[in-house]
Amino acid sequence: MELTTVWFVAIATLWTGYFVLEGFDFGVGMLYRVLGRDEPERRAAISTIGPVWDGNEVWLIMAGAATFAAFPEWYATLFSGFYLPLFAILVGLILRGVALEYRGKRDDPVWRSRMDAMIVAGSLLPALLWGVAFGNIVRGVPLDAEHEYVGSLGTLLNPFALLGGLTFVAVFVTHGAIFLALRTTDDLRLRANRLATRAGAVAAVLAIAFLVWAQALRGDTVSVGLAIAAVVAFGGGLVANVMRREGWAFAGTTFAIGLSVVSLFVALFPDVMPSTLDPASTLTTVEAASTPYTLKVMTIITAIFFPMVLLYQGWTYWVFRKRVMVTA
Amino acid sequence: MDTLDLARWQFAITTVYHFFFVPVTISLVAITAGLQTAWYRTGKEKYLRLTKFYGKLFLINIAMGVVTGLVQEFQFGMNWSDYSRFVGDVFGAPLALEGLLAFFLESTFIGLWMFGWDRLPKLVHLGCIWMVVLGTQLSAYFILAANSWMQNPVGFRYNAERGRAELTDLWAVLTNKVVLVTYPHTIFAAFMVGGAFVAGVALWHLIRRPDVDKGVFRSALKIGASIVLVASAGVAISGDLQGKVMTEVQPMKMAAAEALYETEKPASFSVLTIGTLDGSKEIFSIKVPYLLSFLATGHFDGEVQGINSLQDAYEKLYGPGSYNPNIPLTYWTFRLMIGVGMASAAVALWLLWTTRRGRAPARWLVYLAAPLPLLPMAANTFGWIFTETGRQPWLVFGLLPTASGVSPGTTSGEVITSLVGFTVLYGVLAVVETKLLLRTIRGGLAGTDGPAEPPDDAPDKAAEKPLSFAY
Repeated sequence: MELTTVWFVAIATLWTGYFVLEGFDFGVGMLYRVLGRDEPERRAAISTIGPVWDGNEVWLIMAGAATFAAFPEWYATLFSGFYLPLFAILVGLILRGVALEYRGKRDDPVWRSRMDAMIVAGSLLPALLWGVAFGNIVRGVPLDAEHEYVGSLGTLLNPFALLGGLTFVAVFVTHGAIFLALRTTDDLRLRANRLATRAGAVAAVLAIAFLVWAQALRGDTVSVGLAIAAVVAFGGGLVANVMRREGWAFAGTTFAIGLSVVSLFVALFPDVMPSTLDPASTLTTVEAASTPYTLKVMTIITAIFFPMVLLYQGWTYWVFRKRVMVTA
Repeated sequence: MDTLDLARWQFAITTVYHFFFVPVTISLVAITAGLQTAWYRTGKEKYLRLTKFYGKLFLINIAMGVVTGLVQEFQFGMNWSDYSRFVGDVFGAPLALEGLLAFFLESTFIGLWMFGWDRLPKLVHLGCIWMVVLGTQLSAYFILAANSWMQNPVGFRYNAERGRAELTDLWAVLTNKVVLVTYPHTIFAAFMVGGAFVAGVALWHLIRRPDVDKGVFRSALKIGASIVLVASAGVAISGDLQGKVMTEVQPMKMAAAEALYETEKPASFSVLTIGTLDGSKEIFSIKVPYLLSFLATGHFDGEVQGINSLQDAYEKLYGPGSYNPNIPLTYWTFRLMIGVGMASAAVALWLLWTTRRGRAPARWLVYLAAPLPLLPMAANTFGWIFTETGRQPWLVFGLLPTASGVSPGTTSGEVITSLVGFTVLYGVLAVVETKLLLRTIRGGLAGTDGPAEPPDDAPDKAAEKPLSFAY
């Protein structure tokens, strides 16, 4: 495979990993106030993501840095063009990160409820806005001949992208609820399971609408196939959830998110930022890419070290595999 | 103000703020790891208690370091998209390496260390915090390699057709002579901050609550103050080397650091000069003869180039325009960096002296406890302001002027929104973090007893216990 394609796949992989992993911790962040009826339950719920959320977020940092290194033009166009949504995402992630670390550092209900508000907002806002951002990437945005974004904030808030935002939120809520059912015990587990069914029904409707629209915009046979597989996986996950098979349910939503993101990237390829003004202004992988030398050294280093990352991150999930008990 | 000025202010504010937390993180995690190792090897309870106490303070601090670091990565693309286009091929690689080799390591093993007290065997748990130490060191190295490339671009060629710099030799970028001196300088400076933090907290406890955990905090005071002293020697030596490298690669920065307008041979170092801003007239000055020649070149009679002759040379090389950085700013930040740094070393030495052989520190010394960690922190900040503003008007020295790097499509409304947003948010978080730190410090060692030590063989029944340390 040609190196620009390799790096397009690498970036698609990083985003896929990011949405699968941070997807459930965003979901837990949005839900634990609702599902946990008292402080011990809330603490247990949030402890399920405690050891892993920070590592999950590095997938985002890595996606950003890899785009900067492998496709500087893409990074420049995307990050300057989507300025205000990215600013709002950053604010959300800052509030959330600080609150997750600080929540338990003081035993005071007022302190905790403030941190809770920051965690909920900081999980909801990025989930919504990443959906909006990805909707826009797939749909295309106005780019001039210099590949410079020439739209406004309003351009980004189009119906398709907003549907993308709602879909991301609903799917992550479902993914997070299933994760909580998988990782907790007793009443909390039962409530998470029930909520997953209800949220899953809403998410399924939104996701099908979003994926069909996305494929209608720019799909090909492969991406349509992947999108169908994603819907099937999501449906399977929901059925498993109803049957209280939590491991299978989580596998279902994991595959559904993974396959959906991959289908969006397959539909996008070989473009990275389609232009809605003039097809000639569309930014493609080849135009956006770094030199073969840079891509080659990065490929070698990544091939050596990325498997190690997967191993030790996987080990973390193994170490903390026991269900979290609610303790007073 | 136009977009360029706003973007520069935003970068300055977010970077300076981010760098309040970075040195504390780098050093405090290593000190915590050292304390835990001491506990592992000696079994002395005081080391375990200190590990948990300073470890908790480290966690409060790193949370801020992580979230403000995220802004840095995004900001290159948001405000400086033409810069990103120009340098991405070269600058992106060390940045991606930082993520791949450092951030994954740090974040994953912090999680394991924080929540693993009851689940991992002792030695594995100790290994986790050392992995975090490794991660912070790698992170520092890669980001300084990226920055050093902006100070002294190497290992690339300029592609005129694409209008960008292209990497030809990654190894040259990673072994840039600027990063080889900047890395030790930055790390030693970070240890001055962490050592002073450990010592300052211990001093406060010894004076305010002399009856509680006296022996433990005496150890901490000695450890902290000794770290400051050793690190300050490292800072001085590496700083001297760095000065010589800088004189070679960016003579204008070093001339501006001295406000040396005319080339001199030999050149004297001015400890303090008050004069007119254009350097035409000195009102008052204290000078050490030959010292500047030695600092810049390693010889007491070496020639040091002045601002005016460098300006002429640069105009011939790069075309008309001003190639002077903001001279009062470079002159004063350079002096404050050195002066405040030396003052913190002196305070540490004096603290060790007054508390020798079991003597209790004088009560009034409590007024030193709070500013003690702030002194080296301020020196760090002055150092970065000096080195970054001293590079102006260049973003990448000799290649890309700062004005050419800003995002062409970004509106000033957007930049104002984010500038105000980040500034307000950072201000509020500073208050929250400081309050939480002070509260945790006041809580003392008692507040960190928590769950017991890690088991030797991680039995399954440990899984029944609540996850410790964080939530």
